[in-house]
Amino acid sequence: MKKFSGIWRGYKMKYSADEIIEVVRMLSEEDLDIRSVTLSVNTLRFISDDVKRVLDKLDSLNPIFDKFSSAVDRAAEKYGVKIVTKRVAVTPIQFFLETLNQEDGLRIAMKLEDLAANNRIDYIGGYSAFAERGFTKGSSSVLNTMAEAINSTKRLTGMINAASTFSGLNSEAVRRFVDNIFDMKPEASARVAILSNVPPDSPFVPSAHHGIGMPEMSINVAVSGPGVIEKAIRRNSPSTLEELHNLIKRTAFKITRLGELIGKAVSADIGVEFGSVDLSLAPTPKVGDSVAGIIEAIGIEKMGAHGSLSALALLMDAVKKGGSTATSHVGGLSSAFIPVSEDAVMSERALEGYVDFYTLLALSAVCNSGIDMVGISKRQGKDKVIGLIMDVLTLGITLNKILGVRIIPVDEEPGSIIDLGGLLGKVVVMKLKDANVEKFVSLNGFIPNSIKRLETG
Amino acid sequence: MENAVVVVVGADKPGIVAGISSELAMNNVNIVDISQTVLRGIFAMIMLVDLSKSSISISELRKKLQAKGKELNVEVLVYHEEVFRYMERI
Repeated sequence: MKKFSGIWRGYKMKYSADEIIEVVRMLSEEDLDIRSVTLSVNTLRFISDDVKRVLDKLDSLNPIFDKFSSAVDRAAEKYGVKIVTKRVAVTPIQFFLETLNQEDGLRIAMKLEDLAANNRIDYIGGYSAFAERGFTKGSSSVLNTMAEAINSTKRLTGMINAASTFSGLNSEAVRRFVDNIFDMKPEASARVAILSNVPPDSPFVPSAHHGIGMPEMSINVAVSGPGVIEKAIRRNSPSTLEELHNLIKRTAFKITRLGELIGKAVSADIGVEFGSVDLSLAPTPKVGDSVAGIIEAIGIEKMGAHGSLSALALLMDAVKKGGSTATSHVGGLSSAFIPVSEDAVMSERALEGYVDFYTLLALSAVCNSGIDMVGISKRQGKDKVIGLIMDVLTLGITLNKILGVRIIPVDEEPGSIIDLGGLLGKVVVMKLKDANVEKFVSLNGFIPNSIKRLETG
Repeated sequence: MENAVVVVVGADKPGIVAGISSELAMNNVNIVDISQTVLRGIFAMIMLVDLSKSSISISELRKKLQAKGKELNVEVLVYHEEVFRYMERI
């Protein structure tokens, strides 16, 4: 009897029931999942002045894409965690088009599309260029062909980095980007964005591309967990701001750890370096998986009301502090996205008028959503859209932040809704201010790099 | 040792523990730890099981246990232990 009782001394289950239930609830009821596992690949080694050679060499990526795709499926099966999308990021097409003709860009676009489709990859990012201060042959060719390349594909995404803290803002790149999106189908314009200070290792599309200074290949992970944070706040109803901050921080820690687990598992499985976890909270159109829902859980009746920015800033600070404790591999945008159509509460509030363009601009000062997944009416013309993008990108260089614009030009009037389905959700066409800005947005040149640039000197 | 956490929840009735554990035994999965309770007619069980000698993969085991759960009219969830180690331990 004495020998037997020894076994029980100090015994407790390895995990408490509360701990197990917490994790199970997050995964099974609160939509905690991995938004994306992204394989970032250097394709610069395939560069050639003969497009046939480039296309042939790109074919050599098939085995690693296939291996990656299977490894992601295996990780989802093994851990019982949902992984929503598989993505690949390649070196910006701009560099290929420095020597090739712009028409060759379209052939490479089709090749990338096939590589993705053949290997069960949901999105492939890289029809992209850098043009913050001016154009090269390559960046110009990307802007000449972007609409056609994106319209004729389903999985290819593209990004124009038109502003940076270091180089300023190139107004012509903004105008040419707007020309492109006005020629795109709504579903296609959802696959391109214009940015300031794009990071080199984003796992999210359309910003994903294989950046300069990165290793040959790496695995970058995006987590999605706004539902978990909202439910934690509603369940615990914290009574002070510090309690609220601490609760979000602890929850963000757990969300990020899951990202790190999956990233490391895929990376070990295929022998590719683990790159980073993007700490960003990313919503889905599903009810209960909304960033705006968190703000409303904090005590703002309708997202966009006064106090929203303060609540969002507190949320962001706690997410970053919790997330950065959870991983030493922070990357991507690592803030919050509030793509209006992809966030059920946001699109509702946009329709009700609580969220307009200026609300989104103000919120961009404390997160990196910029203006994301908002419809605009083509009837309002290009000038106002160019002005809107310049506002966002200028905020990016003034605050030294990653910011972007992804808007969907449509023929419908402001106030209408366009359903893009799936993860993209219902796009609300928001009204641009009806005043003439033609003179300003037609000015050539660049907006100078700000005083932030001089701080680095 | 490679462990998984099995969580079973549903209306209480005789045979739930037996049904789940015999499915585990059939596939050579050993129970390391088990905790079970019934509250207002709802049965809840948490098991830590060892997969290292299992004759099938964790995803096949998940499918089999979920099929068994359907028979018993209870919900069965199976996660790899590492998920809990990553999220609940520093």
